[in-house]
Amino acid sequence: MPYTPELQKLIKAVEKTRPARVERKKKGQEFPAIPVDDRPDMLKNYHPDFKPGTRRKIKVGPNRGYDISHEIVDLLEARSRIDPKRIDLSRVDYETDVLIIGGGGAGSAAALLAQENGARVLLTTKLRLGDANTMMAEGGIQAATKRGKDSPYFHYLDVMGGGHFVNDPKLVRTLVREAPGVMGWLEKMGTMFSKYPDGTLKTMHGGGTSRKRMHYAGDITGAEIMRTLRDEVRNRPENIKVLEYVAAVELILTDTGQCAGAVFYSLETREFFVVKAKSTVLATGGSGRLHIQDFMTTNHYGATGDGLVMAYRAGVKLNFLHTVQYHPTGAVFPEQAEGLLITEKFRGAGANLVNIKGEQFVYEREPRDVEAAAIIRECSPDVARGVPTPTGKFGVWLDSPMIDMLKGPGTVRKEFPGKHILFRRYGIDISKDPMLIHPTLHYQNGGVEINDKCETSMPGLYVAGEIAGGIHGENRLMGNSLLDVTVFGKIAGEHAASHARRRSLRGKLTLEHVQRYHRALTRAGVKTDRIAPMILPDYSNPEVKERQLTTDYQGTLR
Amino acid sequence: MAAQKQKARATKVSKKKPEETRKLVPIFIMGQRYMVPGSLTIQKAMEYAGFQLVRGCGCRGGICGACGTVYRFPDSHRIEVGLACQTVVQPDMYLAQIPFFPANKAVYDIEKLSPTGSDVAKLYPEIFKCIGCNVCTKSCPMDIDVMEYVARAIRGDVAGVAELSFDCVMCGLCAARCPAEEAQYNFAILCRRLYGRHIAPRAKHLAERIREIEKGRFDRPLQNLMQTQHDKMVTLYKEREIEPDMADEDWTPGDARYV
Repeated sequence: MPYTPELQKLIKAVEKTRPARVERKKKGQEFPAIPVDDRPDMLKNYHPDFKPGTRRKIKVGPNRGYDISHEIVDLLEARSRIDPKRIDLSRVDYETDVLIIGGGGAGSAAALLAQENGARVLLTTKLRLGDANTMMAEGGIQAATKRGKDSPYFHYLDVMGGGHFVNDPKLVRTLVREAPGVMGWLEKMGTMFSKYPDGTLKTMHGGGTSRKRMHYAGDITGAEIMRTLRDEVRNRPENIKVLEYVAAVELILTDTGQCAGAVFYSLETREFFVVKAKSTVLATGGSGRLHIQDFMTTNHYGATGDGLVMAYRAGVKLNFLHTVQYHPTGAVFPEQAEGLLITEKFRGAGANLVNIKGEQFVYEREPRDVEAAAIIRECSPDVARGVPTPTGKFGVWLDSPMIDMLKGPGTVRKEFPGKHILFRRYGIDISKDPMLIHPTLHYQNGGVEINDKCETSMPGLYVAGEIAGGIHGENRLMGNSLLDVTVFGKIAGEHAASHARRRSLRGKLTLEHVQRYHRALTRAGVKTDRIAPMILPDYSNPEVKERQLTTDYQGTLR
Repeated sequence: MAAQKQKARATKVSKKKPEETRKLVPIFIMGQRYMVPGSLTIQKAMEYAGFQLVRGCGCRGGICGACGTVYRFPDSHRIEVGLACQTVVQPDMYLAQIPFFPANKAVYDIEKLSPTGSDVAKLYPEIFKCIGCNVCTKSCPMDIDVMEYVARAIRGDVAGVAELSFDCVMCGLCAARCPAEEAQYNFAILCRRLYGRHIAPRAKHLAERIREIEKGRFDRPLQNLMQTQHDKMVTLYKEREIEPDMADEDWTPGDARYV
């Protein structure tokens, strides 16, 4: 919907200061950047990662004492969806070599490689094949493919610097060394990357890159990669079976401590069933839909961190979950675009960030975390210069019309066609009116601890994609997540298949670890009716929910 | 705590919502009347009305194609379409989601196909049944000229289909309404893959780079980096040369040791 009369009135304040701001910009008089020494204070005071009272130490499990977001601890300090005693593990509904949980980029890549390595594959997803954050990635995929100016060496440096130098070096090496190979693999499958007429791949810069190595397919790179992988998975129906609308709820182990499959819940028939597998790949993705600290998110409907819970209950360690990536500029109006990513390129092209009074309050090209913190400060009660939205949220203006004034009329339409058309549909011309933005929950930097073969501490359990931790350290760079899911998805598939070939399952199937976890919760004094994995978020109208007197909720699911 | 928070969220929403967004409008979800805030998308309106979506909901951002929806107004015979996550409700709209359509999907080995009309026609012979009614184009929530790419497929113009269908989210609304029972979005992805695999020239620099890596060209520099102490790493990072924004394709760095 177009701007409300109230917002139109507030835009007048932006228009009033715009000519002077454009003039200053033209003269190169930038708003002063926050001094490097003051950055820690800004982050400590306003970045969501540092907000006091938003995290607590987890009381049970292999990471006991780890201080992370309440929302994640809530998920981990929760009871199973099943009473383990009621699941009959002697009745196996599906048996396979490799079980893949998750149908996004990592799961699909793993399925293809496992199949190519001779395994019978069962791929399960709680929504449709391809319903994943991979589909939504716009920007691109990094790989050092340009000889003479770039190499995995520089890609490695960039990844480590972006992650504050705490990334797992072996995982980073794998990421950057395998990157060109993955690009070749995708090209061979027919992914339509943007190319010059001679076949040279087009590349551009991303935040934190030292060389232009971001490859893209228009502005829907993730969708193009995902639909190609999905089509290829569907072309191998003999050896890759796909089950949709089934959600994994617990891993199954053997009494000798190997992973042996999972218990599933059908979202359509409400049945639970048992899948037995020689190897299991967890590729369940991220957790933006936990809405950490009530943030809106760029993530997919199913991004509820299910795999973290299942792996953790089985005794596998998590890491790097103490930092979460917030993108500084997500749309906060109109409502149907809430959480939608507004690319950094707008700020790169000169658009200021301004508050309700039309005043600039931050330099527009600060590092992501600093920029996000400054916007949050402006919207906070201490400063209270955020712009209220009709849904009761606050944002600040991203003054896109400046770009046409700085670089000539028509620039916004030409340089940002996707966003221009999108906002046009809402009745907003972003070359004439600013956008209302606020930081948005974007990426789960950490996850399950893995090695460079995607192995976990549990034999037979492999992990790949956003659910894994360590690759990006404390902060992921743009363009490295599409790369991560394909590189590590392939590796997980390959190693899961070889594990299935080499090892047969020995011992009895068991869910004893779930009972043990329940006992540990009780011992730690965690009294809760929370249930995890969440599977889907709950966006029910609370008033309707109150009237659903006779409806049983199990966690967020009815 | 979770319950408390939920309550807090609920109060926040109902307290702070200014008058005009709380204005409720009637919509008809599969024939049943619900009063919903007029500012919501179809998707959020369904949730507001009390539905918990399982099918018909995906990325919630207009790219995954899970939430294709058809709707109509009382005094019109016209069927309109939209993605539920992108389309704002309008008073009196009668709507239903089409979360799945059993369209024909051919199984093939992309390596063994040629990028010709005849290979596409062999896998999807129904393309020739198109009667030119243009309902597919009218049914596309992404404003793709579907009928035009069907015509290109009939003419054997694989590259044309690839180009015209590039923005397709594969929601299936075109197939759902096609009187010729075509699976437009499925042969469109076949054409895009044929284009990417067999028509677009291969990236030579990529093939060469992959060979270099396989030969171990970067193994030692990477190994050295992995063993570099933290402070030295920070220095290397700070001092690394940045390719200028405006640089051309043939820009080369001053230090060419590791490229």
